[in-house]
Amino acid sequence: MAKVHVVHYLNQFFGGLGGEEKADLGPQWFDGPKGPGQLLQTLAPDIEIVGTVTAGDNYMAENTDAAVDEVVGLIEKNAGAEIDLLLAGPAFNAGRYGMACGAVCQAVQERLEKPAITALYPENPAVDIYRKAVTIVRAGSDVMGMRDAVGGMVAVAKKLVEEQAIDPATDGTISRGLRQNTFAESTGAQRAIDMLMRKLRGDAFETEYAMPVFSRVPPAPPVKDLSSATVALVTSGGIVPRGNPDRIESASASKYGEYSLKGLERLTPESHQTVHGGYDPTYANQDPNRVLPLDVMRDLEREGRIGRLADTYFATVGNATSVERAEQFGREIAGKLINFGALAVILTST
Amino acid sequence: MPLVLHKHAVAEVGIGTGSGFQQGRLTIDREALVSYVRSQVSRVTDVRVGIARPGEATRIVCVKDVIQPRVKKEGAEAGDGILCVLENVAVVTCGPIVGFQEGIIDMSGPGAEHTPFSQFPLIVLEIDVVEGLDPHLHEEAVREAGLAAAGFVAEVCRDTEPDEIEMVALTEISTEADLPRIAYVYPVLCQGLLHDTYVFGRNAKEGLPITVAPEVVMDNGVVSGNCVSACDKNTTYHHQNNPVIAELLRGHGSRWNFVGIVLTPAPTRLAEKENAAKAAIEQVVQLKAEGAIVSKEGFGNPDADMMMIVRGLEQAGIRTVGLTDEFAGTDGGSQSLADTTPEADAIVSTGNANERIELPAMKTIFGPLPDVTRLAGGYPHSLRDDGTMEVELQAIIGSTNELGFGRLTCREV
Repeated sequence: MAKVHVVHYLNQFFGGLGGEEKADLGPQWFDGPKGPGQLLQTLAPDIEIVGTVTAGDNYMAENTDAAVDEVVGLIEKNAGAEIDLLLAGPAFNAGRYGMACGAVCQAVQERLEKPAITALYPENPAVDIYRKAVTIVRAGSDVMGMRDAVGGMVAVAKKLVEEQAIDPATDGTISRGLRQNTFAESTGAQRAIDMLMRKLRGDAFETEYAMPVFSRVPPAPPVKDLSSATVALVTSGGIVPRGNPDRIESASASKYGEYSLKGLERLTPESHQTVHGGYDPTYANQDPNRVLPLDVMRDLEREGRIGRLADTYFATVGNATSVERAEQFGREIAGKLINFGALAVILTST
Repeated sequence: MPLVLHKHAVAEVGIGTGSGFQQGRLTIDREALVSYVRSQVSRVTDVRVGIARPGEATRIVCVKDVIQPRVKKEGAEAGDGILCVLENVAVVTCGPIVGFQEGIIDMSGPGAEHTPFSQFPLIVLEIDVVEGLDPHLHEEAVREAGLAAAGFVAEVCRDTEPDEIEMVALTEISTEADLPRIAYVYPVLCQGLLHDTYVFGRNAKEGLPITVAPEVVMDNGVVSGNCVSACDKNTTYHHQNNPVIAELLRGHGSRWNFVGIVLTPAPTRLAEKENAAKAAIEQVVQLKAEGAIVSKEGFGNPDADMMMIVRGLEQAGIRTVGLTDEFAGTDGGSQSLADTTPEADAIVSTGNANERIELPAMKTIFGPLPDVTRLAGGYPHSLRDDGTMEVELQAIIGSTNELGFGRLTCREV
């Protein structure tokens, strides 16, 4: 294997620049390894640390975005063409240092498109924030765990550079909380029966999917006077203007659309359609008001039962859409509805 | 009375004059097959028949159903008599999209690893129906055409010596054997609106739950009529070869006591779901089961049915394992299910259907390729000009089958 070229990120202390009194130092570039990088270099001769970036803990914590920009700029300038991988830390249970390591790793992955690894104690607050985006090797709580942490980083670094899959169970990394497909030795039916037999015998068994805990949204208080309220329509039933101008997907929608209802009395098969792939579209396409009840809302408006119907409606496809994506849509749509002055929403699903 | 399976192993399939089956070589008379299907299903206007073989650069799109050719040689009752079965071959129906949930079968490449139907030759029927046909009648016409074709193909082995004979009958085990009593709860989709399953020829909306013996299910008792996403749609082939039933029969009397199958509906309305779950749980209690396997079909809505059944069984003191796939987002970072219950502490995952897969271009295409961009699991930009495509596993037939047919699973990284 060719030598792996690494840039190493350290704080002022591990970079040998000083203690807390030097925590305000800005990012600096040094050629070659420093501190833990020297240990790493002896453990893994096939890894070459081309340079080290150091920065003070307070400097990074106080203006993280700009500081990370500076760090990435230094790496690009001094090692841009050479770098295969970034290592940051180990930062053990150090809060500010851990946060800086996480932020630098994430920025290098996104902007330089190179893998990045840090090593943290599982209870370091940076773990919760960066575990999903960054590969984190499990480290001890303090510098006593240096040798193990650096060794762990070396092993994972080689796998990442060779684009091998990382398995927390065997590679000593902290789980990223991501579900990843893999082929088991036996079929699902065989595994189910084996698991049931263990459960019946009272033996230990491990579920393949631990039940998540759903977040609950407390209902908003009732609208005091509906006859003066602006009411909006939002649907996950995939009703869009005919032709699907935003190309919303029939499943696992990556977006939602916002469309005007101005001047429309009712939807027609010529004006609107459904793009939802999870239910029989026949009846929604015959009469799209069945899913997005514009006709009834106009009646209510005329009868004075609602103040008015918002001019814009929002639509997406709620079919195999991940909960995370749905939460994001919900937050964004709610923000826009508040800007419209909407006091109530009719949310139709299918 | 037992069901006797006369199994005939197919090694090769070809198109020729006069249908026949000799020394493992199955010959299909194209004209005869097409005219038989058209005579049985009047709304079918044209059928194009082709063979797709393992390892070929072949892609079948908008697959509606996969059916194993079987014909009843003796016996009028379900679960009784002789059933002739052609093994290592299946009839596949495809054609223009009906709902959005038809799927893809690739015979080679990375997609082939995710569908069980890349492993043996397929008799592919591209089916056209009369113009302007309502989607429900379209689905019915294609379903009936597939069943007719499978029956027609199976006729060739009616009078041939089988390669293997298997008796299927759930025998009583003496209670002195002291084996754990295990039941199988087998939900089938019957939500209407292109999400239907047919049990003994009737829509599963009526008459379920029922407790049945495995030989009754294996005697073509359950037929798919549904357009749920390809990954976890239980095709007719899956029902004919239900892996939970096969495994439970294998260890029956030696490792456990397989006490029966409760076929139960997965309807749409909450009250219907609650009633169905309650009735299914009562039937499992009646079987004096100590444990139960609960399988699934579809996702989202059926998550609720599974959780109700699991919760009720566990509260009745019956230990459960549930089989489900996951929709954890393309990066695997989201919650996987639409409903959960703390009692579901033993789950077998059959994979994250949102995970994307890159598929190469293929030389031979059956079915209308551009329709893949409208399939559940496809994207408007899925299909590139050079014929390569990126889809979610969701679009591949049987990729995350929730009867546990395949080996795919999901782990946390």
